[in-house]
Amino acid sequence: MLRELGVHDVDAFFEDIPKSIKEDSALNLPPAISEMETRLRVENLLSRNLSTRDVVSFLGGGVWPHYVPAAVDEIVSRSEFLTSYTPYQPEISQGMLQALFEYQSMVAELMGMEFANSSLYDWATALGEAARMASRITGRDEFLVPHYVPPNRIQTLKTFCEPARIRVFEVGQDRRTGAILDDELQQKISSKTAGVYIENPSHLGFLEAGAKRIGELAHQKGALFIIGVDPISLGLFASPGEAGADIAIGEGQPLGNHMNYGGPLLGLFACRDEKLLRQMPGRLIGKTITKDGSSKAFTMVLQTREQHIRRDKATSNICTNEALCALAAAAYLSLMGPQGLERLGKIILNNSHYAMQQLKEVNGLEVPLFEAQHFKEFTVGFDRTGLAASRINAELLKRGIQGGICLHDQFPELGQSTLNCVTECHTRQDIDLFVAAIKTILGER
Amino acid sequence: MMGFKQAHWDEPLIIERSIEGAVGFSLSSPETPTVNVPVELLRKKRPKLPEVSETDVIRHYVRLSQENYGTDLGIYPLGSCTMKYNPKVLDRIVATPKIQDLHPLQDAGSVQGILQILYELSEWLAEIVGLYRVSLQPAAGAHGEFAGVMIMRAFHKQSGDLEKRDEIIVPDSAHGTNPASAAMAGFKVVEVPSNQDGCVDIEALRGSLSHRTAGLMLTNPNTLGIFEADILEIARLVHEAGGLLYYDGANLNAMLGKAKPGRMGFDIVHINIHKTFGTPHGGGGPGSGPIAVSKKLEEFLPVPTIERDGDKYYLDSERPHSIGKIHGFWGNSSVLLRAYAYILMMGRDGLEEVAELSVLNANYLAKKLGQVRGLELPFPHKVRKHEFVLSAARMAAETGVTAAHLSKRLLDFGIHAPTIYFPLIIEEALMIEPTETVSKQELDEFTLAFSKAGAEAYTNPGVVRDSPRSTAVTRIDEARASHPKTMQLTWKERPQAV
Repeated sequence: MLRELGVHDVDAFFEDIPKSIKEDSALNLPPAISEMETRLRVENLLSRNLSTRDVVSFLGGGVWPHYVPAAVDEIVSRSEFLTSYTPYQPEISQGMLQALFEYQSMVAELMGMEFANSSLYDWATALGEAARMASRITGRDEFLVPHYVPPNRIQTLKTFCEPARIRVFEVGQDRRTGAILDDELQQKISSKTAGVYIENPSHLGFLEAGAKRIGELAHQKGALFIIGVDPISLGLFASPGEAGADIAIGEGQPLGNHMNYGGPLLGLFACRDEKLLRQMPGRLIGKTITKDGSSKAFTMVLQTREQHIRRDKATSNICTNEALCALAAAAYLSLMGPQGLERLGKIILNNSHYAMQQLKEVNGLEVPLFEAQHFKEFTVGFDRTGLAASRINAELLKRGIQGGICLHDQFPELGQSTLNCVTECHTRQDIDLFVAAIKTILGER
Repeated sequence: MMGFKQAHWDEPLIIERSIEGAVGFSLSSPETPTVNVPVELLRKKRPKLPEVSETDVIRHYVRLSQENYGTDLGIYPLGSCTMKYNPKVLDRIVATPKIQDLHPLQDAGSVQGILQILYELSEWLAEIVGLYRVSLQPAAGAHGEFAGVMIMRAFHKQSGDLEKRDEIIVPDSAHGTNPASAAMAGFKVVEVPSNQDGCVDIEALRGSLSHRTAGLMLTNPNTLGIFEADILEIARLVHEAGGLLYYDGANLNAMLGKAKPGRMGFDIVHINIHKTFGTPHGGGGPGSGPIAVSKKLEEFLPVPTIERDGDKYYLDSERPHSIGKIHGFWGNSSVLLRAYAYILMMGRDGLEEVAELSVLNANYLAKKLGQVRGLELPFPHKVRKHEFVLSAARMAAETGVTAAHLSKRLLDFGIHAPTIYFPLIIEEALMIEPTETVSKQELDEFTLAFSKAGAEAYTNPGVVRDSPRSTAVTRIDEARASHPKTMQLTWKERPQAV
């Protein structure tokens, strides 16, 4: 090859790089090792992690343990999917395109919305994009969020809002019921409000019974209503569409994706109607036919919203997204179907309530901290035990249990408390073990 | 290769396979008492999801997979996308509960293995690009760009300069994400033209720089595959004007062990892990887009950072000048884990060889394809790096066969087409990046296919214009797909078109 190019050495191809740059280009990295050595070394390092298979874990709060069916792992391992890229040449990429079209359809159905895009990075960035979209549509620059949203999501929202000069304001929630405070909302919503955001179920696991009313108020003031969801609740609980949302977002990880130490995740994004669609960020797949009419076909549509066409006028800069995670979600929802999702919702509901019930009976615990319907996650207050939540978690870990998220730093008014997650992955025995361990720890003082 | 025929199953939508009551799941029998929920909280209308068996689901998606082309099937020369072969051991490494079943909020003491891996990876990436510190949080290249431009914003804000410095300069040959990211971070975009060598026009750049310049975004080698040899002068001018230099790492593959963006004068770099470091593209994602910065910009990196104290690793969120968070958690950890194993296995010499082979392959292919009738290699005297751009303008004028037609004809030969109509500065552009993971034999086969399609343009243009015929479906009606009256984005019946 070199001979055909008339050069002696590959160095010839790098001669245009200035000397001062080239001289300082050597990589101070380890030398190559074999495939087997690589595997052993990495596996050895990974073995130092305690996974949720090694311990019983009650961590949730945005990423949750759910069972991933083997069929889902099999489908996302198909190398024709795995090693392809964005379907810029649709005729040779029909497989991924059809799968993503099906994903969009299932997410729209689940959310009770008209349209869904083919994925964003995660829930937090979907929230940032939703606020910016609401601002573009309304021409307004204020965004209202409830108090009990996880700090990582709020921080991401603020990073996305700051350069667009959108100001984020918090609306309080009732300390007893968790309900969004009506008078505070009335007071903060105005003709400057671009969007009102709520989460249902909330970050702390309770349902917001007044969602519909909040949406009506937002609409009266000309603002958009945005609901964030954990999609695993949607076989059972009211969809964002039923509650009157204009934009629905959420975290798609529970739908057939592993936790993977927090990424990759799957940002769900759906909207109510065609008017909103034009301002939606992210890739969209459409169903059409071939030019000769011989077959149905799928292709990317409305690309004039996107960066590779519209450059600085695009609705978002997103290019690479989470397509493979969307494929996993499509496969997962196909396996579950409407019945499976509803039954799974009930199992999670029952398991989490069983855990709440058992913990409630432990002397000194307040479970949950809010009087409302809960799903999957719930708070446990330790104030009356005189022990710090972190101390209890440290003791639990010694017994092979990962306690819930300590809430004191995020929400000091909740005192020494944790947010606990119980799903279909938790057996009754796991829950009993957790309760027994807490009893022992409290008794040992 | 010429006998290629992609599978066509005419597979219905999975919802069309539904049989009421069919189930593809098995849930454990209930162990806990039933709870009743107030009816007003419940869902009223069941979602229209498929009711199918596990067998149905597997057959459906395996059939669809056969209607999809990936790098495991052959050359995938999408320019600027670096579609290389990904070593299979990386797939095995990430398929373990020791990463899949880790929760991001676990106590640091229980995730020392993954934290050490991420810490070492960020040190290696900093070494590769010649900068001080890395954040692994961005989930993709464009996400890294957003983080990087937000860091520019934070830097100028701290200097009390932000109100004044509201412009970011990008070359006219830049990736679309550059202007989109700059705009998303609140900056105005100023475009600077390329000169007759396909590089940044220094005089035009000088004219664009001012006290309003926040920074310049550049990829080097640029999207024509040409190294911006004036980079030191460019960096000097931008810095002199008070701006920062941002390196779009999409084309880093050609620079591994050959040139470090930090030494070229760049202050901020994003790295496309899924391009350069052997992780699969997943049909459009997930990727990963870490950013590296110089020492003076370290304080602005997203929170948390991964820190080391002796042999203990932990996450640090106490960073008052940080731009904040840009992702819910710490980034795409399992993608990053693949990159760690890739770098370990390749080693320093292996990475340098990646750059050499990718550049050799591109130059070899450029020479071969530049000889095809009707195609031209603009800036023929310039050596290419990992990719090159051909113009089919002459062919289009002489035969009516455009870059789009030609690319569709290539599909008929069982190879993926190049990136087309980009960069915008080349008429009828075909942007080709073979990568280091194709053999000479494959390059010659690719050349043969290209030559055949090129010859057909002159002898039988109809066959090129009517292509593809060997793919799962023939040419798609794109206009119908995006037309408001016929557009269909879900399987729901559309309300009567307005």
